[in-house]
Amino acid sequence: MEAAALPMSRAGAHLPAVGLLMRRAVYEVVRVPGAAIPGALAPTLFMLGLTATFGNLTKLPGFTTDDFMSFIVPVGILQGATFSGAATGVNLARDIEQGWFDRLLAAPVPRSALLAGIVLSASLRSLLPITMLLVAAFALGVEFPGVGGLVLAIAIAAAFGAAIACYSTALALRFRTQAAAPLMQAGAFMAVLFTTSYAPLELLTGVLHDVAAVNPVTEIVEAVRQGFVGGVTWGGTWPGLLALVGIGAVLFALALRGLRRTGR
Amino acid sequence: MTDYLRVVAALGRRSVKQAFRRPQFLAPILLFPTLFLILNTGGAGSAEDIPGFPEVNGILDFELPGTLIQCTMLAGVSAGISLALDVEVGFLDRLVTAPIHRSAIVLGRLAATAVLGLLAGVYFLVVGFLSGMTVEGGPLGVLVILVMVPLSALAFGAIGSALALRSGRASVVQGIFPIVFVILFLSSAFFPRDLLTEPAATIADFNPMSYMTEGIRDGVISDVSLEPVLKGLAGVALLAAIGIALCSYALRARLRAG
Repeated sequence: MEAAALPMSRAGAHLPAVGLLMRRAVYEVVRVPGAAIPGALAPTLFMLGLTATFGNLTKLPGFTTDDFMSFIVPVGILQGATFSGAATGVNLARDIEQGWFDRLLAAPVPRSALLAGIVLSASLRSLLPITMLLVAAFALGVEFPGVGGLVLAIAIAAAFGAAIACYSTALALRFRTQAAAPLMQAGAFMAVLFTTSYAPLELLTGVLHDVAAVNPVTEIVEAVRQGFVGGVTWGGTWPGLLALVGIGAVLFALALRGLRRTGR
Repeated sequence: MTDYLRVVAALGRRSVKQAFRRPQFLAPILLFPTLFLILNTGGAGSAEDIPGFPEVNGILDFELPGTLIQCTMLAGVSAGISLALDVEVGFLDRLVTAPIHRSAIVLGRLAATAVLGLLAGVYFLVVGFLSGMTVEGGPLGVLVILVMVPLSALAFGAIGSALALRSGRASVVQGIFPIVFVILFLSSAFFPRDLLTEPAATIADFNPMSYMTEGIRDGVISDVSLEPVLKGLAGVALLAAIGIALCSYALRARLRAG
């Protein structure tokens, strides 16, 4: 927002700082792969586990596909982005604990640019779990959704990862400790699962049905899913994009507010 | 013997207090299984219509036993993390130099895990009854739950503790968190064995978690029968034996290494 208010030339002048922060996040994965592997593998394990357990739900009348794995792949894609987004907040909390973040705040870079670098790094990192999941899914027979469907799914998921990174960043700035990690992970994890993740809305029951019906993330799940269970249409895409923009704007504003208050 | 039990009780009391003082240890035991219970009952709520699904009064009756086993597994992971933290901060070293039997150190932790399992069992029974669950087995069915759940927590606590003693690092124990879910998905914890897809259906036949869940579930969805309960207890005994043997081995190795 602050960056948007800047003249384009000035906003562009801070792009190298955004790029450096993103590159640092990638280095973290490369240098300490052991820390990234559980988060990268978890969505694939969940996809396989949920398919093994609930695969026969497709026998229910009204289920939109007869291949449960195709139905659940979009949930795994969004989980991959979610884990990356949550990890961004955990890493920021670690940087705050170790004092590195204070030094970053002293740099001659607008805080909006700092935030952009932090949250966009989550988008970049989310490509690792998403790629692992898609390789496993296609190897196990999930039908290719077409280039358009795949690009749309990955782009929406990467943007969702940035939105979740805003959420976890806001929490990291509020609590300033890695002990807040379960709050970051569980909140984001459940936002994706309390949707039409397991079954179409008409087949859900109880609290899950009621929450999924009003949860805007349901629209995002459906937008990512459309290529895997049918065809991509504008009618199936725009509600997801609208939800994504709304969630992203609110969470970005929250994170930016937290960042502006930090150290003042 | 009385002194030995007093040490076990004191260490167990400390572990229970620790869990209540640090919500990050208690939350995974209660919060995650509660959320998954809502997800599983809502997501598979229509599954009763699938041919071959057992006769139940409601999907909650079928899912709650799986949730209880999930809760005990997470209690085991939490126990392991707490013990690993004791290793990291040097508390275990101080205990080792104290004039107490070393097995009491592990047994105190396991006793606390069993107590937490029992409390979680009571919590889920209350949640279940408030949400409309029926226990067809009556008081005997409830008794089976209140016996099986703490014993399962103890067994998983033994495995978590073995991992903590072997690695000495909380992050390593924390790392098995996703594996808990995989093991559960490869059992009949959340769906009938006959309706799992392959290869999960075959693996579930050999997974002790299937028998532990079914031992509890039997008394919830029907009258209590001896066979499933005994099979469930056998599953618990097997895991506990493996866990305690691994604990013993890991503790000796840690002491040898100094």
